[in-house]
Amino acid sequence: MSRTAHNLIGRMAIAGGVAVLLIFSIHGIIETNRAHAKTPQESASFIGSMHFAHQNVTSLSQIMVQSRGSRQWFSFLQNYNTRVVILGTMLLGGAAGMVGCFTLLRKRALMGDALSHATLPGIAIAFIVMTVWGGDGKSLIVLLFGATVAGLIGIATILAIRNLTRLKEDTALGAVLSVFFGAGVALLGVIQQMDGGHAAGLESFIYGKTASMGIFDTQLIGGVALISICGCLLLFKELKLLCFDDAFAASRGLPTVLLDLALMGLVVAVSIVGLQAVGLILMIALLVIPAAAARFWTDQLWVMFAIAAALGALSGLLGASISAVFSKLPSGATIVLVCTCFFLFSMAFGLRRGVLIRGVRRWQLNRAMDRQHLLRAIYELCEPAHGVATDAESMRQHVTLDELLAKRSWSRGRLLREIRRSHRRELVELIGDQLRLTKRGLAAAAALTRQHRLWELYLITHADVATSRVDRNADAIEHVLEPEIVAELEQLLQGDRLSLPESPHELTPPDVEITAETALGKER
Amino acid sequence: MAALNAWDWTLDGWIIMAGILCAVAAALLGNFLVLRRMSMLGDAISHAVLPGLAAAFFLTHSQSSLPMFLGAVIVGVLTALFTEWIRGFGQVDEGASMGVVFTSLFALGLVMIVQAADRVDLDPSCVLYGAIELTPLDTVSVFGIHIPRAVLTLGIVVVINALFVVVLFKELKISSFDSALATTFGFNARLMHYLLMILVAITAVASFETVGNILVVAMFIVPPAAAYLLTDRLGWMVVLSVILATISAIFGHISAISVPSWFGFQSTTTAGMMAVIAGLILFFAATLSPRHGIVVKLVRRWLLSWKILADDVVALLYRIEEGDRMPPQGLQAIRSLLLTDTLSLKLVLIWLRLRKQVIAVGHEFRLTLEGEAAARQLVRSHRLWEQYLASHASIEPERLHDKAEQLEHFTDRSLRQQLSDATDSPELDPHGTRIPAED
Repeated sequence: MSRTAHNLIGRMAIAGGVAVLLIFSIHGIIETNRAHAKTPQESASFIGSMHFAHQNVTSLSQIMVQSRGSRQWFSFLQNYNTRVVILGTMLLGGAAGMVGCFTLLRKRALMGDALSHATLPGIAIAFIVMTVWGGDGKSLIVLLFGATVAGLIGIATILAIRNLTRLKEDTALGAVLSVFFGAGVALLGVIQQMDGGHAAGLESFIYGKTASMGIFDTQLIGGVALISICGCLLLFKELKLLCFDDAFAASRGLPTVLLDLALMGLVVAVSIVGLQAVGLILMIALLVIPAAAARFWTDQLWVMFAIAAALGALSGLLGASISAVFSKLPSGATIVLVCTCFFLFSMAFGLRRGVLIRGVRRWQLNRAMDRQHLLRAIYELCEPAHGVATDAESMRQHVTLDELLAKRSWSRGRLLREIRRSHRRELVELIGDQLRLTKRGLAAAAALTRQHRLWELYLITHADVATSRVDRNADAIEHVLEPEIVAELEQLLQGDRLSLPESPHELTPPDVEITAETALGKER
Repeated sequence: MAALNAWDWTLDGWIIMAGILCAVAAALLGNFLVLRRMSMLGDAISHAVLPGLAAAFFLTHSQSSLPMFLGAVIVGVLTALFTEWIRGFGQVDEGASMGVVFTSLFALGLVMIVQAADRVDLDPSCVLYGAIELTPLDTVSVFGIHIPRAVLTLGIVVVINALFVVVLFKELKISSFDSALATTFGFNARLMHYLLMILVAITAVASFETVGNILVVAMFIVPPAAAYLLTDRLGWMVVLSVILATISAIFGHISAISVPSWFGFQSTTTAGMMAVIAGLILFFAATLSPRHGIVVKLVRRWLLSWKILADDVVALLYRIEEGDRMPPQGLQAIRSLLLTDTLSLKLVLIWLRLRKQVIAVGHEFRLTLEGEAAARQLVRSHRLWEQYLASHASIEPERLHDKAEQLEHFTDRSLRQQLSDATDSPELDPHGTRIPAED
């Protein structure tokens, strides 16, 4: 059996497992509810049953409800409707979070926005057609079907505009969004005059009715969540490739257009069930925010996928719960705001791309660069005018602050701060107002200077950079040279591994301003 | 057209006027939104202003329009700012950061409005979605003339936007296309960006308060997008977008009245139909635009492929006559030699016979004198290219023919002369066949 087949079977197994788990838990919740229909107090919550449905044990929050202190807090969970709503929003949040990851990475975060608006004419036409044929215009299945068809047409139009004309993606999104929505509004204007005129309620189909979500809605959402989870898992590798490098995906023989359509189909499915359950704005939020928040925590798609699903589900849980406790908070809006809080927290503290962690990294790099500049400056001041020093002791001469100040364009304050820090690290010794390298400092300085000069030599011999300009170039790059690159440079230049090359240019104070800031601009 | 009998100039005239003003105000700024890839901003702002409205209500405890207007504009500008910050600090993709910001602000506004709902009826849909049909009913008196408030407001907005675009045209142009260049020229690209954002917010708020938000979102994007497909010059694009916006406003209202009457209904939503008409215009611009239209490009590609096929046919006949071989018997023989489809070949042969380059003798096709002259130039181009590629570009011999086959169709007399000079006017090509002389 080929590797691909193995791969596919493995992924299908995972998807199947997840599906079975999900079915069991939904089933469990519904069953739990039926069993305890007469004593709602005992059937406390679904939170537990979500985890323990197949073991049929007492649920987690039932215990919590029974403990005296938290009785009031969880009393809202005794309401069957509330539980259905919370479960529905959780499933929706999870599914939207997962699908959202792919749309975010494909740079189509606002696709959900355009799509949700584009469904309106489909809903209106489905209603008109059904009414004209004498059927029930408000049958949910018909309306969902109309919405799906219109959504798919909308997406096809967006892709056509993007691929066939010179209009950009955002313009295509906006144009389809507004024109389709306009057409829908015009059709609604007609519907209002139709016989029977019971079009009222179509609007709420678009703007959602989170609080009055029924068990059927939840089952529908559960089903779609299932489909989207399975879809995402089955196509995980292909979609990953599509998101990160679609040209490469195409060159590997993947049907990129089909995959794109499959992804968009998932978006359509999720947003259409979500639309009528929780409304347009909330749906867009659930598609965008959890995925964007998850991106701050990781560089791995699997992990991002899991975090986004968890954040989406958690927002659904917390938001719906909060709005059940405080009657004046509309549930849809609360879910979005909980989501936003998660996003802001992730943006600030995310471990991979959060603002804080990047600030710290930058600050550390800054410090390291200052230190390296100081060490190399002292080293170069101590070096003899020509040739390379052989005697280690001769390199540990005293240098004065003024000499150092003249060496680079750095401010006295900055230099003094750095000298103090290096002194603490025992890289330099202070004697009066003079300083010299310690043994450790000398070793570090020699290594740094070596990197700097290796790079300079490389630029001169291999990149044809003028000798007068290499210092500045090397200055920017010396701080980020990895040991492997240094080794490669050595090999390229066939240098002696132990010696330190002589500076290829005269070591006069630079006539151009090189500050840490200009070098910083070239950091990784 | 029975429905148009109910046309009332004072009523419908004002509706169209309001529609045109809204469309023009939005389209003027929309050009720069489309160019800067910020088309979705109009949509985002029109959703995001909700907390501004609510906050204005909380602060002033009244539903008067000015504080609400200010609140909405401030939040509109904040939407743009927050989007920029999240994109910059968080390194989040532009679309995603916009999605985060406007949904969050909308949710915040919704929560605030529900809190206020006890005290007063502040329905989000009635604040957000004005109706263009109702504009003539709400009038103000200016110099003794009663004009609708919406027309007055939107008129002012149009004047401001037009002044902005005309006075700062050069700055907008450079900063839209190349903000780094704008900065080196000494004007502040960021300032232009934020001025544009402020005006977009003002336009969006003024429009959807009076005529509804579908219209303004559509007019920010669709007419400029259509204009962008029709021209390559920014000045013309702005002018065209204004014209197209006006057309869609006028015909939108007319079709809102007349189209439903074909099916026995009364008029429908004007704003919706204006958006639909704009969409139709965009569709025609996308398909039929003289330079960038899809159909036009397709036709041009067909014509080019037929021209190349015609070249191939005469060159084939020339080579056959040159080698004193048997001319191909019938259409299918040529088709199988040139690996083309029958329809294209038939069309091409008809065209060649019209141009008197080929004559049909029984089942045979032969070159006329004119055809032979044309073919000789082609074959000369082909063999000169082969010679040139072999001697100057060191292409492997087996790839020479394919390369030359592509290049021969785009080679004119002067280029042939240059090739000939560069290769020292060769007699023979690398395959040893004779290169025909220039006429």
